[in-house]
Order: sequence, then C-alpha cells, then structure tokens
Amino acid sequence: MVSRIVVGAHYGLGSWLAQRITAVIMAVYSVILVVVFMTGRPISYGVWKELFTQGWMRVATLLFAISLGWHAWVGVRDIVMDYARHDGLRLGLQVITIVIIAAYVGWTVQILWR
Amino acid sequence: MSSAAAKKPRPKYLSLAALLFEIRLPAPAWVSGLHRLSGALLFFPFAAWLLYLLDTSLASEQGFVHVRSYLAMPIAKLGLLVFVWAYAHHFCAGIRFLFLDLNKGIDLPQARMTSFIVFAASIALTIFFAWRIW
Repeated sequence: MVSRIVVGAHYGLGSWLAQRITAVIMAVYSVILVVVFMTGRPISYGVWKELFTQGWMRVATLLFAISLGWHAWVGVRDIVMDYARHDGLRLGLQVITIVIIAAYVGWTVQILWR
Repeated sequence: MSSAAAKKPRPKYLSLAALLFEIRLPAPAWVSGLHRLSGALLFFPFAAWLLYLLDTSLASEQGFVHVRSYLAMPIAKLGLLVFVWAYAHHFCAGIRFLFLDLNKGIDLPQARMTSFIVFAASIALTIFFAWRIW
C-alpha cells in the first residue's frame, strides 16, 4: 500500500521560497529593462527588433516569463484558496490559472523564437 | 468586560463595505491588500495585454507602427498608467516584504513608515511615467 502525503512538512515553505527567488529574478530584469529604456537610443522598430534578437535578451525574457508563471501560481493560488470556499469552484479556478500560465509561457516562446 | 465595549454590537463581521468605510485599516494592511490586488491585475489582464503588445510590435514594422499609434490613444495611455502603478506598487511592496522576511523593519513605527514610503514611491513613479508619455 502506498500512502501519499501531499500536504506535508515543507510543502508551503518550498512555494514561499520559490515566490521570493522568482521575485528577485523579475526585479533584476525589470531594473535592467528600465535602464535600457532610459539610457538607450529612441526606440525605432529596428532597435526594438534587434534588442529581442540578442541571445541574452531572449534567455533573460524567457527566464522572466517562467519566473512570472511560477510566482503567479503561488500568488493566485493563495488568492483562490482564501476566497473560493467551494471545492469545485476552487479546483476550476486553479485549473484555469494553470492553463493561463502555460499559455503565457508558450506565447512568450513563440514571440521570442519566431 | 467594560461597559463601553459591551454597548458595541458584537460580533463584528468583516465585510468589504466594513473594511472600506467603517474600519480604519492601518497603513501596512493597505500595502498588503493593494499588493494582492495589483498582483491579481498584473496576472490578468495586464500580462496578456503586454504579451499582445510585444507580439504585435515585434512581428513586423507595420505592427510596431500600429502599437505606437494604439498606445497614443488616451484610453490606452490610461491603461498603461494603471499597469505602471500596479507594477510599481507590487515591486515596492514586494521589496518591503522581502525585508520583513529578514526581520528588518518589523516594529510598528518602522513598518508604518516603510508603508508610506511604498505608497509615495509607487505614486511618484506613476506620475513620472505619466509626465513622460503625455
């Protein structure tokens, strides 16, 4: 017999830590992007396209998107757990959240590697 | 129980209306609540909107021009401002929470002061952005 303990020790701690680490990754990316905008040349299509063609920018943006997905999963799940009291509704909202996150990450990949 | 406390109707239920109009929440509670609200808004609809803008602006030169003229519309600028406020508040409040996790600034006077700093910084960033795009 296999007894699974889904909600055990450290379960919440892992999510909590992941939310903090992804937050720092996104904060660093945000600051870099703001600096690029503030100090860079006026943004034409060529400049814009070139920025997102560079390898480091593609990887950094993908890293941001994945961080956002993970971060948002922890955050939105907290919100859903707090307010959606009905089990079916809560499960439905959590599934919708996962689908939206997967769609965002997939869309980001599609935009970056076209 | 003192007689003053006994006169108040009890129990007191924390409805949204009570939180907004009857009870004065402390500043850190507003930071926390707005952090949640801004996070929800950033997840949806703003992330989808920004992905759409990024997609269109990178797809072709016509797309880039389209996004530029689209973002020149007042309603789109208003949307951008709400986004910038939500992002700035979520960012500043998030950094405050990271320090709280490290037990920095947890006593009441400091917690109140950093709450007001978060409000001021995010509103200042939003006003600066508004000045830049108008």
